[in-house]
Amino acid sequence: MEDTGIGLWGVPLAIFAGAIRVSTPFIFVSLGETITERSGRINLGLEGTLVFGAMTAYAVAVMTGSPTLGVLAAMATGAIFGTIHGWICKWPKVNDIAIGIAMMQFGLGLAFFLGKSFIQPVAPKLPSIPLGGWSAVPQVQAALNINVLFFIGAALALFLWWAFRNTRIGLTLRVVGDSTDAARAMGISPDRVRLLATAAGGSLAAIGGAYLSLYYPGSWNEGISSGQGLMAVALVIFARWNPIGCFLAALLFGGAGALGPALQSVGVTQGYYLFYAAPYVLTLIILIATSSPTRSLAGAPGALSLTK
Amino acid sequence: MTKLLPMNRRNFLQASAAGLAAGTVPGLFGSQAMAQTALTVGFIYVGPKDDYGYNQAHAEGAAVIKKMPGITLVEEENVPETVDVQKTMESMINLDGATLLFPTSFGYFDPHMLAMAAKYPKIQFRHCGGLWTEGKHPANTGSYFGYIGQGQYLNGIAAGYATKSKKIGFVAAKPIPQVVQNINSFLLGARSVDPTITCQVIFTGEWSLAVKEAEATNALIDQGADVVTCHVDSPKVVVETAAGRGAFVCGYHANQSALAKDKYLTGAEWAWGNVYTNFIKAAQSGGKLGNFVRGGLKDGFVKMSPLGPAVSAEGRKKFEATLAEIMSGKFSVFKGPIKDNKGNVVVTAGTAFAEDAIELESMGYLVEGVVGSTS
Repeated sequence: MEDTGIGLWGVPLAIFAGAIRVSTPFIFVSLGETITERSGRINLGLEGTLVFGAMTAYAVAVMTGSPTLGVLAAMATGAIFGTIHGWICKWPKVNDIAIGIAMMQFGLGLAFFLGKSFIQPVAPKLPSIPLGGWSAVPQVQAALNINVLFFIGAALALFLWWAFRNTRIGLTLRVVGDSTDAARAMGISPDRVRLLATAAGGSLAAIGGAYLSLYYPGSWNEGISSGQGLMAVALVIFARWNPIGCFLAALLFGGAGALGPALQSVGVTQGYYLFYAAPYVLTLIILIATSSPTRSLAGAPGALSLTK
Repeated sequence: MTKLLPMNRRNFLQASAAGLAAGTVPGLFGSQAMAQTALTVGFIYVGPKDDYGYNQAHAEGAAVIKKMPGITLVEEENVPETVDVQKTMESMINLDGATLLFPTSFGYFDPHMLAMAAKYPKIQFRHCGGLWTEGKHPANTGSYFGYIGQGQYLNGIAAGYATKSKKIGFVAAKPIPQVVQNINSFLLGARSVDPTITCQVIFTGEWSLAVKEAEATNALIDQGADVVTCHVDSPKVVVETAAGRGAFVCGYHANQSALAKDKYLTGAEWAWGNVYTNFIKAAQSGGKLGNFVRGGLKDGFVKMSPLGPAVSAEGRKKFEATLAEIMSGKFSVFKGPIKDNKGNVVVTAGTAFAEDAIELESMGYLVEGVVGSTS
């Protein structure tokens, strides 16, 4: 009997590989939402944007044969969804959370409607970079086949972290997010900044969708997301509106999500439903551990309707 | 409604006590549709009807009966296994005038379809996969299913010849009897080729979870499995992921050879068109629909995908010989002695279950050689 398994090493490897494979949509959606929330607005509709982005990317890739064009088309539709959200929310007495939920349902419905005919065809996939050439173990090679979007997401997290502190645009965004009145006094139009921030956020969320349909799992159907867009919005609060925190939290969720299948594959088979709950249990533990009785939500933008 | 319900139930109970000669109660709603040729039939799917899987197989069957004279087909996709399906059934009955309903997903049966059947005793419900029991379940309901376990046994034979690592993998949704039977059949088929083969199973916990199915497939292959099959609603993700990692694939529900190319060994497919045609013919001619309809490969309920190029000549021979034996009706997949993977004897020596044995439909054990647990 030729043993090609890697035994218990499969668990840490699966968590590592899962962290990279599964996290990318979380990274993009949560970074997008960070931009939006830093401007003082919440867009809960990113689940709809994600799924619509997944559909658009898949459809365009099928029709043109180019997955890159698919990603760009997804970004464009994401920006449109964000713009609609931002435009509606600028009117007085409009609640951004309610609009977000409406936009989510709209995005899902429209994606299912337009995506009907693209469930069957097979789209070309986004390329990945094989970084595992140094290893003779095929499992390690497979784990280190990393999609280029993951690196873009990591770089983007660093860039945003730097840009929020050190660029004029970053400062403008934070002023608008922390105090609408102060921004107005400085001659900044809060509505315009928020519109652009929501459009940028939507555009990034749609990249997350494109990753789902064009790389991993790499297929378009109506159950492709299973709530990842919503989870990523929650990740932003978990990460305290910090882009690098978003990146790390996304990795944590990806890795924890890989735990259940990996444990079953090495023979730890009892109670898999509990292992599947691991990401959420982990979130609860971290939130409780980092909570403070004296401060409320450190780093929260002051003008966010969530914290008002 | 709450006031009407007990009365309906009483009517229904009286009728079923009398053996429910369908339609003996004078038509309250004036619809004796069962005896007429014009018939509105409702199909309810849990997912999209072009999912390369479970729902597509049913929708292809529905498309067959749509062409039959007098048939009006109403369909609804993406109906969750919650109270939503009850609303869908009510709207099909009251708004579309459907008198024969096919709620096709496992979780629709209890309590949703049973509740609707009690409320609408004159409507016929036929559910895919549920274990209908006489006396326990209403007479206007019933279940139909195919013995696709035989197909998974044949998949296992193809897998047994293809595997080099002697480890094969199974991505399963939920540990219900039909899934468990498929897992066991797959391994028993492989072990008929080489008794040292083991089968690793990973349960994802849901019928359709694309990312988790991909993770499960990767985890199986990381642990050395080199042939993978599955029982999830849409095998597309599993098939593509496994073939992408270089593993062989056995299909399920529908033909996925286009997705895995030469990595596709064979696959167990449904042939629902035949089943639905029989139901409709019975309904249109006023005959009995049957409450417990079952059939396998030899009855045309199930078929196999054509063998792929990777199946060896030896494998092809054994596959075809076993298929011929199944077609003759003399073959049983579960022949004692069989132990479960905890060491208990589950099928005693000398016992052989025919494909239609009722014991197989409540299977809760994984046989020896399957690495996994149902809880």
